[in-house]
Order: sequence, then C-alpha cells, then structure tokens
Amino acid sequence: MSDKTDDYEAVVQASRGEAVADFSKARASALDRVQHALHVNPALVPLVVLLGSIITFGLLLGTKFFSPFALTLILQQVQIVGIVAAAQSLVILTAGIDLSVGAIAVISSVIMGQFTFRYGVPVEISVAIGLLAGTAIGCVNGWLVAVMKLPPFIVTLGMWQIVLAANFLYSANETIRSQEIETEAPLLQFLGTTFKIGADADGRGGATFTYGVIFMVLVVVFLAYALRHTAWGRHVYATGDDPEAAQLSGVNVKRTLISVYGVAGLICAFAGWALIGRIGSVSPTSGQLLNIESITAVVIGGISLFGGRGSIMGTFFGALIVGVFTLGLRLLGADAQWTYLLIGVLIIAAVAVDQWIRKVAA
Amino acid sequence: MEPILKARGLVKRYGKVTALDNCDFDLNPGEIVAVIGDNGAGKSSLIKVLSGAVIPDAGHVLLEGRKVRFSSPNDARAEGIETVYQTLAMSPALSIADNMFMGRELRKPGVMGSVFRQLDRARMEKIARDKLSELGLMTIQNINQAVETLSGGQRQGVAVARAAAFGSKVIILDEPTAALGVKESRRVLELILDVRSRGIPIILISHNMPHVFEVADRIHVHRLGKRLCVIDPKDYTMSDAVAFMTGAKEAPAA
Amino acid sequence: MKNLLIGTLLASGTMTIAMSGAALADAHGTSACLITKTDTNPFFVKMREGAEAAAAEAGITLRSYAGKIDGDHETQVAAIETCIADGASGILLTASDTSSIVGAVTQARDAGLLVIALDTPLDPIDAADATFATDNFLAGELIGQWAAATLGDEAANARIAMLDLAVSQPTVGVLRDQGFLTGFGIDVKDPSKWGDEDDPRIVGNDVTAGNEEGGRKAMENLLAVDPTINVVYTINEPAAAGAYEALKSIGREGEVLIVSVDGGCPGVQNVADGVIGATSQQYPLLMAAKGIEAIAAYAADGTKPENTPGKDFFDTGVALVTDQPAEGVESISVEEGKALCWG
Repeated sequence: MSDKTDDYEAVVQASRGEAVADFSKARASALDRVQHALHVNPALVPLVVLLGSIITFGLLLGTKFFSPFALTLILQQVQIVGIVAAAQSLVILTAGIDLSVGAIAVISSVIMGQFTFRYGVPVEISVAIGLLAGTAIGCVNGWLVAVMKLPPFIVTLGMWQIVLAANFLYSANETIRSQEIETEAPLLQFLGTTFKIGADADGRGGATFTYGVIFMVLVVVFLAYALRHTAWGRHVYATGDDPEAAQLSGVNVKRTLISVYGVAGLICAFAGWALIGRIGSVSPTSGQLLNIESITAVVIGGISLFGGRGSIMGTFFGALIVGVFTLGLRLLGADAQWTYLLIGVLIIAAVAVDQWIRKVAA
Repeated sequence: MEPILKARGLVKRYGKVTALDNCDFDLNPGEIVAVIGDNGAGKSSLIKVLSGAVIPDAGHVLLEGRKVRFSSPNDARAEGIETVYQTLAMSPALSIADNMFMGRELRKPGVMGSVFRQLDRARMEKIARDKLSELGLMTIQNINQAVETLSGGQRQGVAVARAAAFGSKVIILDEPTAALGVKESRRVLELILDVRSRGIPIILISHNMPHVFEVADRIHVHRLGKRLCVIDPKDYTMSDAVAFMTGAKEAPAA
Repeated sequence: MKNLLIGTLLASGTMTIAMSGAALADAHGTSACLITKTDTNPFFVKMREGAEAAAAEAGITLRSYAGKIDGDHETQVAAIETCIADGASGILLTASDTSSIVGAVTQARDAGLLVIALDTPLDPIDAADATFATDNFLAGELIGQWAAATLGDEAANARIAMLDLAVSQPTVGVLRDQGFLTGFGIDVKDPSKWGDEDDPRIVGNDVTAGNEEGGRKAMENLLAVDPTINVVYTINEPAAAGAYEALKSIGREGEVLIVSVDGGCPGVQNVADGVIGATSQQYPLLMAAKGIEAIAAYAADGTKPENTPGKDFFDTGVALVTDQPAEGVESISVEEGKALCWG
C-alpha cells in the first residue's frame, strides 16, 4: 500500500510549487477580452447598438431625429413596453417566461377604471385595488410554477388566456373615455402627466417627459439595485442559473420564484396604470402585443432566455433600441415592415451573442 | 472517544426496496471517514439522511450526543453539517464571493442594510478571499470572477472552502474527485487533508480506492443497506476492501 | 374515479345542451349562423344583439361564432363547416380574411346555404350571395367633404395626417382612406391602395391597428415628421382618441381637426366633447337585422336579397355626425347620433 501512495507523493512534490487553485490565467487575444468584458457586463452589447443606432439615424435624419423632442418621444413611446419588459426580465432571469404580462397590465387598468366608474370607489383605492389584483395574478403564476412545478411557459400561456377572457367578460369591452377620466378621476391619468424642458414660448418642441417615463426609469434603477445589491437579487440569479444548486446552497427557491412572479405582476399593474396615462382612456383591447414586445426587448437587451444571466439595464436599452428603430425608420419614410424585419434580425443576433458569451464557461 | 456524528438503526424504504436496513454510522472528531460501497448499496441514501436531504423512516442521528432531526438540507446546515455535492451546487454565472455567501449573505450595517437591504460586498469579498487563502487557494486574482470561468478543481476548491468557511462541525464530500483529472484530484485531496488539519471531521464518499486509502483514517464499508464493517486502511489492501464491498470476502468482525 | 365522474357529468351536460339545441331547431325549422371577427369588439357585440333580436322575432335559431382575435381565419372556417354540418339555412359573416375564406364560403353555398357578408365585403365581392355593409368609401367621403368645407379656403394649405388601419391595407381601411381624400379634393391615384398619393398637403400615412395606443403612436410619429399638422383622418374612433392624446401632450389639441368613422357611442360622445370634429356613423345592428330577415325569406321561399341600386352591395346607410354642420354636407346632430350609436 505504502509503495502506491509514494507515487502520489511524487506528484504532490512536483506540484508543490503551484498553488492548489491558480486563478490567474493569461488572456491572450483581444477577442477573448471582449468576450470576457461582455460576460461580466452583458448590457454592453445593447448599449453599443443603441448608441450606434441613435448616431446612424441622427446622421441620416439630422435634427428631425436628433432633437430633444424626437428623442424624448422615443422614451414616451417605449414607456409601457419598458415597464413591462422590466417585469419580464425578472421572470426570464429565473429561467422562466411570462406570457401573461400584457393581460395583467390591461386587466389592472380595467379594474382601476371600472372600480372607479362602475362602483364609485374612490380613485385612490381603485388604483390600489388594481395594483393588488396584478400582484395577486402574478403570485398565482409564481405559486403554480414554484410549488406545483408546472412549466412557466404553460402556466403563463394559460394565465394569459384566462386573464384576457376575464378582462373582456368583466369590462364588457367598454372603453372609459379620456374626457370622463379627466373630469372625474384624473388620478388614473397621473402617469400621463407631461412636463417639458426647453420648449419654446408656445410650449412646442423641447424635451417632453411624462411621469410614466420617469416611472419606467425608476423601476429600472430600483430593480437594477435590488438585483445587484440585495440578497434577494442574488437569489433570483442563482435560481435562474441552477435552481437545484441554489436550493442546496440554502436559497429558498420557492419563495424566490413566487416573489419574482408577484413583483412582476405588480410592475405590470403599474404598467396598466401608465397605459391609462398614455392613451388617456381605459381600453380593454389595448396591450395585446405587450408580451411579445417585452420578450423582444429582454432578448435584445441580452438577457439569456436560459436564465441566470443578463442585466435589467440591458432590457432598458433593448426597449429603447426598438423605439429608436421604429421612429427612425418611420421618419425615413420606410415601410413599417422594415422595422419588424430589422428587429427580427436583432433578436437572432442577440441570442447568438448570448451563446457566444456562454462559451466562456467551457 | 465519543463520535461527533452518530447514526443508529437508520431505515429508509422506497416502496418495496429497502435502501437503508437498520444502518449505523460513526464519525469521530478530527477524522476522515470514507464511505465505500457498491452501486445500490445505499451509500447515497445514508449520506442524504445525514445531510438532511432525506428523512429516514426509522432510526436517529446524534450530533455531539444530541438527537437531531433534519427535514431539509438547510436544517442540517444550520446544525453545522455542510455538504459538498457532487454537482457542487454552485451558480456558474455568479462570482466566487456570491457563491460562497449564497443563502447567508451579509448586509451592510445601519440603514443601508436594514432598510435598503444592501449587501456588504466589501466584507463578503474580504471574508471569501481570506477563507480561500487560509486553505491555500491563494492566488486569486479576482474574487468577482464567475465560477464558470474556473477549472473543475478550482470549483471544487471553492465549494470545499465554502463548506469549511462557516464554522461547520462536519463536512460531507460527495465524490469530490470523480470529475477531475489526476493533477486536479491531487490538489483537492491535499485540500481535504488541509481541512482536517484544521480540526473539521470529514465524511468522504468516493469510488476511487487509491484516493480513499490515501486520505481516510477509517473506512466505512457499506453493503446491502447497512454498515458491513469499518476498517483501518493501514491494515487492509484495496483489493480487500473491494472484496468486502462486493461480498467476495467475509468481513472482519466490526 | 373522480375524473371519470367529472367526465361523465361533462359529457351528459354537453349532450343535454346539444339535444335542447336540436329540439329548438326542430321546433322552428330554420337556423342561421352569425360569424364575426371577434366577440369582444363592441361593433360585433352590437351586431350580435341585432341578429339575436331579429332571429327571435322571425323564429329562427341563431348560433354565433367568433374568431379569437381579428385575423383569426381558421376559427371562421371551422365555424362555416360547423354551420354546414348543422343544416343551417344561412350564414352571416364578417370575414377576417376576405379572400382566403372564399373556399369555405363556396362550399357553404354549394350546400345550399345563403351566405351574406356583413360589414366587410368578400374578395371578390360576389363570392357571397349578398353583402350588407356600410358604404365605407362614402363614409370617408363625407368626413373629407366636411373637413374641406370646415377649413374653407385654408383647405388649400392643410397639413394632413392619415392614420390608417394596418400595413396589409384591408379593404375597409383603403375605402375609408380613399373616400376621405376624394371628399377633401385630393387626387387618390390608384383607389385600391393608400399611400401612393403625391399631394404635398399629405404629411404621411401611419398605421394604428385601430386602437388608442396605435393612434397615439402613429400621431406622434407623424408629428415628428411635421409638427404643424392640422387635419387628422383616423380609421376609427379609438384611433382618433389616441391621436387626440398625442396632440394634447404637445398642447395642440385645440388647433387640429380630427375626423373619423364608426359612430360607436364613445366616439359620438367624443364628437360632443370636441375631441373628434365629425364622424361617419355606420349601423351594425341594422346590418345584422336585415341579414336575418334575408335568411328567413330565403328559408321560406328561396328569394335572395337584392343589392342597393347602383351599388354591388346592400347599403345599410351611413350618416355624418357633427355639431358643427358644414355648408353642403348633410349631417345629423350629436343628439341624433347618440340615439343610433352602438357599443
């Protein structure tokens, strides 16, 4: 026996000089460095694409595009998708997907409107009820995914249909008009309140912001903080990366998942509120494409559909990229189909980059 | 010497299959006990009971003479029994520091921690770096490096360091060298000895006889759901151990 | 066991419904189908109400079907097949896909069913036995004439935004768009598509999907092209409401003339509130009621409905709703419009 261990000793002796785990590794090519930088900071790609597209359209269109008015208009146009995409990011970070986001947003807005106008509930309370309803639907999603162990795609596909149908049944597809809201319950349009910076004497041009835009930025900043600097955020990443490993290393995976879907529901309800501000009215038919548009923003933003990697800033940039392309191409006079085509290209490119970044692991 | 971890009369059945059949187990302070056994002998059921992943149908576990009941790995962890799973249970995309503190993150003191729930990254990184250094995993360039950028041996090192870092009483290592090459296995074995020298007893599950014979103080041979015998590696050869395991040879009286 | 029980209950439930349906059909002899694009749009809800009321009066059993969303072609085909199998006398159809549905429609007509296209003509229009619809070109023309007359001499310097339906240019959208331009006095070039006009007064076309969100976005896009827009054509009233919000956000809502088509109750209310200057009102309830009457007549003695003289469809009428009547353009007041509105 002892003669055998001697062999191993020799190997040990030979390796004594080296540390047990040597973390320094020579990084050879520039490409490697880029790959590493992206790995550490996945929001870089969409940021570069965003800046690149703004500059390109700026050069092509001049001040028509490169004006405070047009640039802030993009923010206004992406605010709803941006807010919803923030919620979608959370869910996708846990390796899930939420197809019910748009439906949750719309039903929340309908609840806010109908409680105020049909039942005469004070508008503050109606808004709170709407927000609660969105959160509750999200929590049900989370419970089905975390506790019942059903696939997120199926759960939210079902929830999407359920919520949408409930929305139409409940609202009887009645639109509550902007003018009624304005006179009776202006709080519903609160997130649509605009303010301008640098407008001319007639109040034209200049940078135009709405509270909804500010809210979108706040949601993104808040989530970026929560994901990066709180234990909850780390648990969200760990759960998405490898739920089993997370569970074994002491993360309460079920609670994390339910909280993620719940928070996503709440954010979507806020998006529903912002939607009222944006379109003025409460319309049960709006927001039909929000799930696809939010997933698009998330994917272009570099968040991996396999979970556990990517950042919320990326999503924000992703949403803006779509906005920039839409308005830029529109101002260029291009057919709207070109926008969809280019966005399709961006989606596939984004996923390809994601796969490439993942190879660092190998 | 009173064993630090002791199991008596463990029974675990899965339907008609009896995985643990009145099984006993002892781990003394400061020693490495290897658990060996043929596939299907019930090794992993035993380990799962000790680490809290499985609740036994009968029998009990004593930690430092105290009866303990685990209903989840977290319970066992709270009692100071850390397990390094074969899969390592790490999140590849997260950093070394994040992984080491997963599930027991430190928050900043004051308002930032209590209200804003902000993590104390600086402190976690420092502790992580210190723990890795203590175990000779010194040359860390970047504690914020993602775990997936590490080699298999390095990951194993981080996982063992994580287990050893939090005042644990017992560390269970499940096949720590199974996925590693010769050189990396060496480093991990060294690390195991290093951990023991710091007074933490280790339960080592392994199929690799040379590794077992090299580091174990005693070897628990598991067969047909129970402890067949405990042997001292200095008194027997590897082929003896294999013969006991497979039943080819009569076991010595325990 | 439990599942079996539920299954049995469900099965027996379905059978009861089916049997009672069959019993009803037997008692009255005649049944008809109403197939709409969706059952959520108030326009189709109203259409169904009209059909149900007329069917009850004529003693006809009515079955209603709808696609899940606008553009859901498969569900409509399945509905037609169900109606044929069901032995219905006739089908009232608002097709999502006006040309693809023709195959299924032919199949139904071959099986002896009377097929009436409601609201949306098929492509070709004579693929159906009859079409009961609004004259969408006329609807557009009325608001075009009204806008031009209201602007007066300023019409020569108008800056016009065209908020259309969809890039696929469905017939309804094209007819309204081209009607509006014709009424306004602009050369439409090819009347079968929009966007080919070169009149400098047109700032641009954008699509709205016919809802508030799309209306707002399209308006914003066109305002970015030219912030001095002062005439806005919209495909329908939700799009108009969205366009209004966009104008309001830059403080120009008072200076712009918005015109629209539909005549839904919220839309008419928006005319009253000054959001929309004028809208062309159509009558879905009438379409459905007339359709049911036609099926009843066909079931009784095989007579087929006649077209409105001079048109290749049966015109259910359109009226301009505004409280600011313009010289030479016939219109009804908002009060009258409210009494006739739908949704």
